Amino acid sequence: MIPAAFDYQAPTTLDDAVRILADAGEDAKVIAGGQSLLPVLRMRLAAPTVLIDLSRCAELRGVREDGGSLVIGAMTTHYDVQGDHLVREHAALLAMATDTVADPQVRHRGTFGGSLAHADPAGDLLAPALALDCEFVVAGMDGRRTVAANEFFVDYFTTAMAWNEILCEVRVPKYTGWLAHYEKFNRVAQAWSIVGVAAALRVDGSRIAEARVGLTNMASVPVRARGVEDALVGEEATPESIRAAAEHAAEGTSPTADGDGDAEYRTQLAKVLTGRAVTAAMTA
Amino acid sequence: MRITMTVDGTKYTDDVEPRMLLVHYLRERLGKTGTVVGCDTSNCGACTVHLDGHSVKSCSVLAVQADGCEVTTIEGLARDGRLHPVQQAFHDNHALQCGFCTPGMIMQAVDLLADNPDPDEQAVRQGLEGNLCRCTGYQNIVRAVRDAAQKMSPGAGPEAEQVADETAEATKLSRAEVQS
Repeated sequence: MIPAAFDYQAPTTLDDAVRILADAGEDAKVIAGGQSLLPVLRMRLAAPTVLIDLSRCAELRGVREDGGSLVIGAMTTHYDVQGDHLVREHAALLAMATDTVADPQVRHRGTFGGSLAHADPAGDLLAPALALDCEFVVAGMDGRRTVAANEFFVDYFTTAMAWNEILCEVRVPKYTGWLAHYEKFNRVAQAWSIVGVAAALRVDGSRIAEARVGLTNMASVPVRARGVEDALVGEEATPESIRAAAEHAAEGTSPTADGDGDAEYRTQLAKVLTGRAVTAAMTA
Repeated sequence: MRITMTVDGTKYTDDVEPRMLLVHYLRERLGKTGTVVGCDTSNCGACTVHLDGHSVKSCSVLAVQADGCEVTTIEGLARDGRLHPVQQAFHDNHALQCGFCTPGMIMQAVDLLADNPDPDEQAVRQGLEGNLCRCTGYQNIVRAVRDAAQKMSPGAGPEAEQVADETAEATKLSRAEVQS
């Protein structure tokens, strides 16, 4: 399978990329690691006139500290996120979810920002980004603006970015010392989550002081499991309290039905996986 | 668009269409048919090569994206007529039946061993999760990778494959020579 013909641009700075995108118009497409886009192009589900490759923009790669936050460059590969000690220490949930993305070859090439901008509801980084209240810094011809995670994901494969904007970095508040786990259920030969649960907990003494739980693929966008969070806070993490909290997992969700399972199946999965995620985080 | 890349130690310069996939460039322009196309949906891993020392699925990389990079294919692993230890281990352990997944399996196994020189069975299975085999049930593949790990000195892997510029220059072939 061969993509339809396109022009190819590989700018070396973000400013150039933004300008080229503005000039090329709505039929252009930005390519990051290309691990989702290239299959789409090969199957001719999309046929952009111009492909703007960000992989030569060195400024978009890497992880740095900025006060109480980490700043992850959009073009940082999954492989580099996985191995980054800052991410492991201050945003363990993101590192754990990244460990489960696709397979090693795809993680070498695929990028943190590309995966988020693609906004596939089965993608594993969306729910952790939502649960951790990440902020998305996007660049356009008028400069940069910051979008909160709960406003960034709009619908299936749709974000709050305009066609002429580029995601350049993601700001992650530090969750140093929090316990975390990402639990997903997928077919062995296909790494897309049928359902995934991202859980981060702050424990004070024997009780859960704060809880953040996000769900993958339980709606057209990632969802916060607020009912679970509320039920966990103040509790000791016992099998009974975790099971009771997990019963709230599917509240407010609208899971889709497809070849991997119907809505009822996903609802049950969300509860089971939430219990597993919280249990695993507590015993980590 | 003009691109230059070093493939298995030899530098090539070619004009390609931007839409040409790396795997098609390797197979159809350079004649390196050792790298195969399996699923064409980036699922099976048969087309795995190393791009600047890391495994990638060459059906999901454009040739123009590899401009200026170093590529190693299954055809570049053997040295002086001797199989790479992972190739030898696949042979010794009968880690293939039809052989179609083998180039990708071996390239990914070499990458895995560079990151983890002594993987247990679980680590091998996880490291090869992006490679599908329809024949073997994976048993002998896992055995071969662990066998290779024992026989390889630490540090062998993608780094060991990096060919020094001088060597690349010395073995430089013109396109005409390659095609003849």
